[in-house]
Amino acid sequence: MINKTAAEMADSLAKGETSSVELTQAHLDRVAAVDGQVKAFLHVDSEGALAQAKEVDARRAKGEKLSPIAGIPLALKDVLAQKGVPTTAGSKILQGWLPPYDSTVVSKLKSAGVVIMGKTNMDEFAMGSSTENSGYGPTFNPWDLTRTPGGSSGGSAAAVASFESPLAIGSDTGGSIRQPAALTGIVGVRPTYGAVSRFGLIAYSSSLDQAGPFGRTVLDTALLHEVMAGHDPKDATSINAPVPAVVAAAKSGDVKGMKIGVIKQLQGEGYQKGVQTRFDESLQVLADLGAEIVEVDCPSFEYALAAYYLIAPSECSSNLARFDAMRYGLRTGDVDGASAEAVMSATRNAGFGREVKRRIILGTYALSSGYYDAYYGSAQKIRTLIIQDYAKAFAQAEVLVSPTAPTTAYKIGEKVDDPMAMYLGDVATIPVNLAGICGMSLPAGLADEDNLPVGFQIMAPAMQDQRLYQAGAALEAALLSKWGAPILTKAPELKGAK
Amino acid sequence: MSSLSRDDVAKLAGLARIEMTEAELVELSSQFGMILDAVARVQEMDLSGVKATSHPQPLENIARPDVVQPSLSPEDALSGAPAQEESRFRVPQILGEAE
Repeated sequence: MINKTAAEMADSLAKGETSSVELTQAHLDRVAAVDGQVKAFLHVDSEGALAQAKEVDARRAKGEKLSPIAGIPLALKDVLAQKGVPTTAGSKILQGWLPPYDSTVVSKLKSAGVVIMGKTNMDEFAMGSSTENSGYGPTFNPWDLTRTPGGSSGGSAAAVASFESPLAIGSDTGGSIRQPAALTGIVGVRPTYGAVSRFGLIAYSSSLDQAGPFGRTVLDTALLHEVMAGHDPKDATSINAPVPAVVAAAKSGDVKGMKIGVIKQLQGEGYQKGVQTRFDESLQVLADLGAEIVEVDCPSFEYALAAYYLIAPSECSSNLARFDAMRYGLRTGDVDGASAEAVMSATRNAGFGREVKRRIILGTYALSSGYYDAYYGSAQKIRTLIIQDYAKAFAQAEVLVSPTAPTTAYKIGEKVDDPMAMYLGDVATIPVNLAGICGMSLPAGLADEDNLPVGFQIMAPAMQDQRLYQAGAALEAALLSKWGAPILTKAPELKGAK
Repeated sequence: MSSLSRDDVAKLAGLARIEMTEAELVELSSQFGMILDAVARVQEMDLSGVKATSHPQPLENIARPDVVQPSLSPEDALSGAPAQEESRFRVPQILGEAE
């Protein structure tokens, strides 16, 4: 049952072949069997999940009209607030915090009858590309347990890739949905900025953060996208427009006559051989399906990584000022006579991990007077140039493509002491965030040298998210018929599994 | 090669209200040169006449009617408080330093 797609599970539920309680229990059993090795979850809410499942079953029995994914289990990145359920953002500073409210994404999932099984591991406050920066230990890639699943939404990606959950939610500030999707052989989408409400999403970099869906197929991902997106008056940056028709696009999957732009700057040097090979093959597949492949030039993308690592730390140094030991979260050093400032400083030292401190200090530096124009100011201008490069490229092509990440999954510990090497993994995903547009990663096969998944990235203009699904579904179908079976059937069986 | 001394990092940590250990200050100071060199690439391009973008959307003020709506109860609002007293957050001394 757990090996099916979410769409197939939904079909079985609708036909009464299974119940949401049975489906949820099967996934909870899978979590119990394999999560000791994968460590995708920080918190499993078995009781809450089964109660939600029971309620959906009752509503279905009464003949109520339900959403297409009602009763399907889901894994939620621990960056989204869920009332009464521990929410930490992977940080010790929030250990034990029980949010007194639901994020809008969680409210939408609940009203759609989606069963939230628990909270998944992540790099602390979404700062990282490997899940190794979690305050609670790393998540392991189900393809090879000595490797990282990517990050920051590594727990959500690993949960879907290891069949612990058919669907998951992540957040993507610089590639944190697309890169782990690539490294674990699943589909992940970062929707257009403002398409999914940020209310209750613990902020890292407010002008870049966006929550989005993970699934094992393009259609499953679209089904979740449609449920979680939409205007929210509680988020002033939420776009007040209808959700793009992503499910219809995923069902049609036609690229005949579609112009597809290959970004010159996001391939070649610095990209692992097997990654480039699978990418080139996928391009050929799209061409064979009738797409017109053109090359586009985006010269400012060479500076995107530098701009990102100024803008995101700058915004984070401001956003994380809220963790001040006063109203919620950790408080240490509160002894008689200690000043508020001393308690704050001691708490923030004890509660934040290395990478979070590094980014707060970098942001504090970039925003300080005397350096502001040279660093933060220049980065903002690069951002303008990147938006202009995209505008020119999208005048030549409906979607743009690149490899999602320059390499396949790397070993746990390999880059943890070399922040710059880690940052380079985001080189192909970051431009999307800086421009506020949308992007998808879907599996393009396995690299010959290491038999690990390679991600193919598709990008589309703001609020044209349906184009991702249109092109993605076409490529997925063609690759599937070439491979004969879904990519995840090639992953090794996890120990402890039945 | 850019660099940031241990004392520079200590000053920034003070501004950011993070009481770092000596080992952390030394480590960060040794990593900072490399990170600053990498991000300083934003200064390589000719950016004269380029406008700055702070946000991907054209933002405007959004107002809503001033209507009373449900909000958190005092109990809920205080539910995560590290310390509380008489339905209020209890915080360390803020005005006037203790020493």
